[in-house]
Amino acid sequence: MLRVARRWTAALLFASALVAPALAQEKVLRIAMTAADIPRTHGQPDQGFEGNRFTGIPMYDSLTQWDLSKADAPSVLIPGLATEWAVDPADPKKWIFKLRPGVKFHDGSAFDAEAVVWNVRKVLDRDAPHFDPSQVGVTASRMPTLRSARAIDPLTVELTTSEPDSFLPYNLTNLFMASPAHWQKLYDAVPADVTDPKERAKRAWAEFAANPSGTGPFKGVRLVPRERFEMVKNPDYWDERRRPKIDRVVLLPMPEANARTAAILGGQVDWIEAPAPDAIPAMQARGFVLYQNPQPHVWPWQFSFLEGSPWRDIRVRHAANLCIDREELKQLLGGLMGVPKGTVPPGHPWWGNPSFDIRFDLAEARRLMKEAGYSEAKPLKVKVLTSASGSGQMQPVLMNEWLQQALKACWFDVALEVIEWNALFTTWREGANHPNARGANAINVTFAAMDPFFAMVRFVTKGAFPPNSNNWGFFNTEEMEELVRAARTSFDAAARDAALARLHKRIVEEAPFLWVAHDVGPRMLSPKIKNVVQPRSWFIDIAPMDLAG
Amino acid sequence: MLRYTLRRILYALPIMLGVSLVCFLLVHIAPGDPLVSVLPPDATEALRRQMAELYGFDRPLPEQFLRWLARALGGDLGTSIATARPVASEVFRAVGNTVTLAAFATAIGFTLGAIFGFVAGYFRDSPVDRAASALAVLGVSVPHYWLGMVLVILFSAQLGWLPATGAGPGGSTEWAWDWEHFRHLILPAVTMSVIPMGIVARTLRALVAEILSQEFVMGLRARGLSEFAVFRHVVKNAAPTALAVMGLQLGYLLGGSILIETVFSWPGTGFLLNAAIFQRDLPLLQGTILVLATFFVVLNLVVDVVQTALDPRIRRA
Repeated sequence: MLRVARRWTAALLFASALVAPALAQEKVLRIAMTAADIPRTHGQPDQGFEGNRFTGIPMYDSLTQWDLSKADAPSVLIPGLATEWAVDPADPKKWIFKLRPGVKFHDGSAFDAEAVVWNVRKVLDRDAPHFDPSQVGVTASRMPTLRSARAIDPLTVELTTSEPDSFLPYNLTNLFMASPAHWQKLYDAVPADVTDPKERAKRAWAEFAANPSGTGPFKGVRLVPRERFEMVKNPDYWDERRRPKIDRVVLLPMPEANARTAAILGGQVDWIEAPAPDAIPAMQARGFVLYQNPQPHVWPWQFSFLEGSPWRDIRVRHAANLCIDREELKQLLGGLMGVPKGTVPPGHPWWGNPSFDIRFDLAEARRLMKEAGYSEAKPLKVKVLTSASGSGQMQPVLMNEWLQQALKACWFDVALEVIEWNALFTTWREGANHPNARGANAINVTFAAMDPFFAMVRFVTKGAFPPNSNNWGFFNTEEMEELVRAARTSFDAAARDAALARLHKRIVEEAPFLWVAHDVGPRMLSPKIKNVVQPRSWFIDIAPMDLAG
Repeated sequence: MLRYTLRRILYALPIMLGVSLVCFLLVHIAPGDPLVSVLPPDATEALRRQMAELYGFDRPLPEQFLRWLARALGGDLGTSIATARPVASEVFRAVGNTVTLAAFATAIGFTLGAIFGFVAGYFRDSPVDRAASALAVLGVSVPHYWLGMVLVILFSAQLGWLPATGAGPGGSTEWAWDWEHFRHLILPAVTMSVIPMGIVARTLRALVAEILSQEFVMGLRARGLSEFAVFRHVVKNAAPTALAVMGLQLGYLLGGSILIETVFSWPGTGFLLNAAIFQRDLPLLQGTILVLATFFVVLNLVVDVVQTALDPRIRRA
């Protein structure tokens, strides 16, 4: 009997020895991104918002940040490393930000006002020893009015803008805080034979990218250029609700949709961005879970308002918006699109209840076209520039061909010209009157609509006429200028949102776009990933997620 | 022989200069902004101008080319705009990965191609010839990226036997010749080997058939040589042409394949070129093309020299 008991004990001990390591096994989340390379890891990611999503937000914090905790409400601005902020009533070009106490960078140094000043100077002050040209473009373009920063005390910083600008708190979501102390350590470690300070700074930043230090919920630990980037959890993260449960996150660049699909089906990754639409049913049949939610993204035709453009007639613009059955397009895209009602959706703080209802109403569209002087016998010829692919463009050729067919019902004769994605971007900046526009009177370039400047202002003001910004079609009225001015100088958040709502209402009513779709950011995840919230945002928060065994 | 080799090296220099000029001009005349990877499309014109100045793109093209050439001659291929990493380290790491893949693909492609070619040529118009020829034709006709996807669907997505992407469980920097890593190599290498296999097989088939129809083979047989001895003579006669074809194919393989490396996320030169093209990363694009072109020129040089050593008639010609 004793022998039997001993055998059982031995067997149990052996079994527990086998099981123990499994129980203690590291929770590793492997993500296949659409990017062809690891987005830059030094704090100001490239690769568009996919960069911010995967190597920005998980490792770094900004003074203000997006609320990514809700799937059923707009993602709004919330405090990040700043707990509160206000414009100086005496000088509306100055902002005072109160900083969160007790926050530490991954290297153990303290986050304070001097760190904020240092991070502003890294992209705005060419004379700063740590100025990095490679970070300027992606950062300065997203905070066009910020000029300088000054520490008032360790937890108070003053930011100065070039003009009164109530949009600054939105812009600051793009300025991630990297550790000055860590950078300095790496700078000092550059071999002494490198004497040029610029070259030393460049090398220090390259080293920083491989060995980053922010204040975020994950710490970067391993970079294999173009292949993988690994982050481990930061157990001391300042926000208890976002303290990670997953031990390690591995990011893998996989630009090819079929490769990503095969990788998740073959068990190489747990999460893929933008799955191949045709393979979605097969993946769902194997238990993978599709997440999607309309993003602040607009897939439009942007109209030209130059002399001679047929889009100058508001009846034609409204007719185009009423002529297309977006639900049909949604079906064509396998359900992977949001149906737009404007640049922002109803319920958004900037919605504003426009009187023009964007819907499918063929009879009304035809009536407007008839009134404008067009008919089956006298169709309206329009020409649209688009690309064959590109970030955020979804499926541009398919969608534009569908539009071409759908608009025929309202006597639009659409000529499409497909050019390379980068060339399209250049043309977008050059404007409708440039020879490179090839006589087109509409352009199909998708855009992010997260902050007021990028969602609205740059499409309706005179200051944004090409080549300054993206008002490609030269759309502008005195009323728009006034509405923008009012929004920019409304420093109370509620008043600013109300002003932006008035602006959005008028933009929808004036219809300088054909609003076609919102992207829904589809991603396929393994069912073992828990606590997933896909917000109405370009971003997603990995920190609260967990992995089931 | 030494003079011939030196002369060939001398000929290669203007070719290299021409290649560097053409690749510089090609990437600069292509539409799009070279700053696209560091500058969002919605950036203001003022910021774009500032960035162009910081990166030196505001200078005249001849000046940009001469600066780049001077640095390249000193071994400095510049810094990638998108990653801020030195281009040389990026390219040589990728070249190492492509060489690993190409070596394995070469072993498969040349071995199978040689077997199919010799067998088909030796047994011309027989069922064996028809089967080997059919495989060779299939090899050169099937789009390899399509074959890659089919292999991935079958062996990764459906059967789960082999990984679909990547260069090993920890990335290429941890590469080791063990099963865990080797299994990552199988699908891309098999896919990559199909075209050279087909080309080598078809070339050798025609070559062997032609050699067999020559009078000296009849003479060898008339002198009572064994079939194996005749075969050795055929191989020796076929070798220079086969070597030239294999050299070219090896050059193509070493150049990497944008399609295959992208399909399998294999971090080689093709994958790098793809990223450089999409990011308009001009220094990276120029550096990669220059290194690959140099490879190709050097490889052709080596093949020429070896060919001449094998067949002195070429030197005289």
